Amino acid sequence: MGYTPEMMELIKRVEATRAARVERVKNGEYFTAMTLDERADVLNKFHPDYKDDGRVAVRVGPNKGDVYPEEFVACLESYPRIDPDKVDFSVLETFTTDVLVIGGGGGGTSAAIIAANEGNKVILATKLRHGDANTVMAEGGIQGADQEVDSPYYHYLDVIGGGHFTNSPELVAALTNDAPLVIKWLEDMGMMFDKNPDGRMRVRHGGGTCRKRMHSAGDMTGSEIMRVLRDEARSHTDSIELIEFAAAVEILKDSQGRVSGALMYNLETEEYFTIRAKAVVIATGGFGRLHVQGFATTNHYGATADGLVLGYRAGVPLAFMHSTQYHPTGAAYPEQNVGLLITEKVRGLGANLLNISGEQFVFEREPRDVESAAIIRECAERENGIQTPVGRLGVWLDSPMIEELEGPGTVERELPAKFVQFMRYGIDIREVPMLVYPTLHYQNGGLKINAKTETGVPGLFAAGEVTGGVHGENRLMGNSLLDVTVFGRRAGQSAAQYVSDFSGEIGEPGLAHAKEFMEEVKGLNVPEDRVAPLLLPDYTTEEVRSHQLTAHYEGTIR
Amino acid sequence: MSTQTIASGDTTILPEGAKFIPVYVMGKKYMLPETLTIQKAIEYAGFQYVRSCGCRGGICGACPTVWRVIGDYQLHFGLACQTVIEENMVLAQMPFFPANRADYKLEELEATAETLSLLYPEILKCVGCNTCTRACPMEIDVMGYINSAMRGDITRAARQSFDCIQCGMCSARCPAQIAHYHVAQLCRRLYGKYVAPGAEHLVSRVSEVEAGKYEGALEALTGMDEPKLKELYVAREAEPLDSEGWEPQDKANL
Repeated sequence: MGYTPEMMELIKRVEATRAARVERVKNGEYFTAMTLDERADVLNKFHPDYKDDGRVAVRVGPNKGDVYPEEFVACLESYPRIDPDKVDFSVLETFTTDVLVIGGGGGGTSAAIIAANEGNKVILATKLRHGDANTVMAEGGIQGADQEVDSPYYHYLDVIGGGHFTNSPELVAALTNDAPLVIKWLEDMGMMFDKNPDGRMRVRHGGGTCRKRMHSAGDMTGSEIMRVLRDEARSHTDSIELIEFAAAVEILKDSQGRVSGALMYNLETEEYFTIRAKAVVIATGGFGRLHVQGFATTNHYGATADGLVLGYRAGVPLAFMHSTQYHPTGAAYPEQNVGLLITEKVRGLGANLLNISGEQFVFEREPRDVESAAIIRECAERENGIQTPVGRLGVWLDSPMIEELEGPGTVERELPAKFVQFMRYGIDIREVPMLVYPTLHYQNGGLKINAKTETGVPGLFAAGEVTGGVHGENRLMGNSLLDVTVFGRRAGQSAAQYVSDFSGEIGEPGLAHAKEFMEEVKGLNVPEDRVAPLLLPDYTTEEVRSHQLTAHYEGTIR
Repeated sequence: MSTQTIASGDTTILPEGAKFIPVYVMGKKYMLPETLTIQKAIEYAGFQYVRSCGCRGGICGACPTVWRVIGDYQLHFGLACQTVIEENMVLAQMPFFPANRADYKLEELEATAETLSLLYPEILKCVGCNTCTRACPMEIDVMGYINSAMRGDITRAARQSFDCIQCGMCSARCPAQIAHYHVAQLCRRLYGKYVAPGAEHLVSRVSEVEAGKYEGALEALTGMDEPKLKELYVAREAEPLDSEGWEPQDKANL
């Protein structure tokens, strides 16, 4: 298929300016970088985190008054999926276990394995398939200071500097201290790391690292981690019970305020059921599929903020939810690649960003947030974006320049995965530019935890992207796979410790907290059919909806 | 121009005059806009996915899809999120296919041919039809790695199967009833644990961490105020891109 004739016509403008642009780069001349004032201006006007519109103060719960993206606030200011008064636990099927892990990605699976190794019965409940998570989508790598010229000390400095010194110090210390342990743990489970012939880990730099500590497994590091963790969990036939297509819709607490399990929903039979547990780990990941302010996302289908809603209703405060990572260059065309991450390396190799006239409008190596805002400005305010056949806007990323600057063959050698992903659709990025637009990439914030992954609610733990604090206001590449494994393991350990200290029977299943929260929501005058957790995004078109005369939607689910 | 029109998430916006083509979802005809992927086209038709949808980016293996085009006998295989619809496609998605994993604990195994043939004896029944390879949406030489596994060449099987996303299409098509992707998983883990040389520097670092070598330094950092942290951050020595033989001058915190 390739580009449409109309787009090919526009590409001629890019080609017309290319020779002069290549010449300028060769002479060391670049588009003028923004001053700090200009950066502040473009961020304030166009970065979704800084804009006033699209962001509102939440009116309920522990973070009342804090300002977050409105799509997320709508989730918090929602009715439960089921009125707590209508839940009769005596008629619901009930499972009982020591530890319930909610979420089957890298964090949840790590927690389940560790809790099981400590002798616990574990139920791993996940709303899609085991392994359906952002973990599988992480390509670049996992950080860990295991080389002689490196140490957790330098890793700590990199993480906290990258996070603009806002991070929670104890979480950063835990992350960087445990990193070598996690790399070893994965190696012992048979993960195929990229190694030298003598066994030494092959490590690279990432953005913001002062030492090379990015470990990888080809360009599918997250996928390899998930495959290994899932297979290891499957070895625990006697201790880990897996329940797929089962979404948690409410945390259960007993009369003493301790966690006592979760109210679950079978997405296929539409039945509710109960899992009673001494300890619960929330590891449900992020919120990319809320499409904050309409952004495309690199995230998995299931990234709908469920765990944040569950935890928040159970009384866990949020941290850093004002901060979201947008990657400046997500694919905007072809349609099947929309949201796909185009690595920073493309700009690092010299490719320009260009508008509809084939002109530069921004320096290519501004910080991620500034770069994103400048692209949005070019499309929105200046109306210089290029429109795709389905109506998306984007700007050109001139990859053919790389061949001219670095020599023929560079694109295929340095960007093999991207080359193939575009070639599949008849777009040869050695010859024609890519169309890009910022994409919603990572939820920097989440449930507030301490280094033991405790949430403040007795027996309730949380790990991974659903938590906030470890990355502060900006996460470095290679620290999300590390986050899920380090804190997943810690959650498994802490849950196991909690269970071993636990005396007496599991508390009764209670929803008083959800009832109380619902009463608060009632006072807000929000639509009564607004329910959360969302569980799945809804991509039904307006036209189809207008024909579904007898269909009933519970939130986004039909 | 509002932000709503410049960014539309995953919702499809059609241009003026978009062409609609017939596509058969499980045998039933829908007129759907060309240029969409199978996944987005099925959503456009009005379906809401619970199964058969995952990362939407070609790496999770949730959306394997089988199709024929009317008038053509050939079966085609691909991922719904990575394949664009064509006129007269007759589609079926395969949300799940049973393929049993052998019951083992990796630490109790040895990386030998016997391990493979004991846990997955069916690999020896491969008839060499290569249907598995033709069904693979990741263009993996599936039969090639099964042959390597039959010969006990764990290293080769691990490397050949590395791109596997475990969608299960190979196992759905196999006349010898092999659970290919589980065999591949076992080979990769055996290779990673027993065959590939271990990282010795990692062993030393782990014992240093476990002995608490960095606890003091990390504790000092966690208690540090922002100006001091910024000072240390700015003063970090950067390892060069080409760092063969490089050593930092300040080794106090290594």
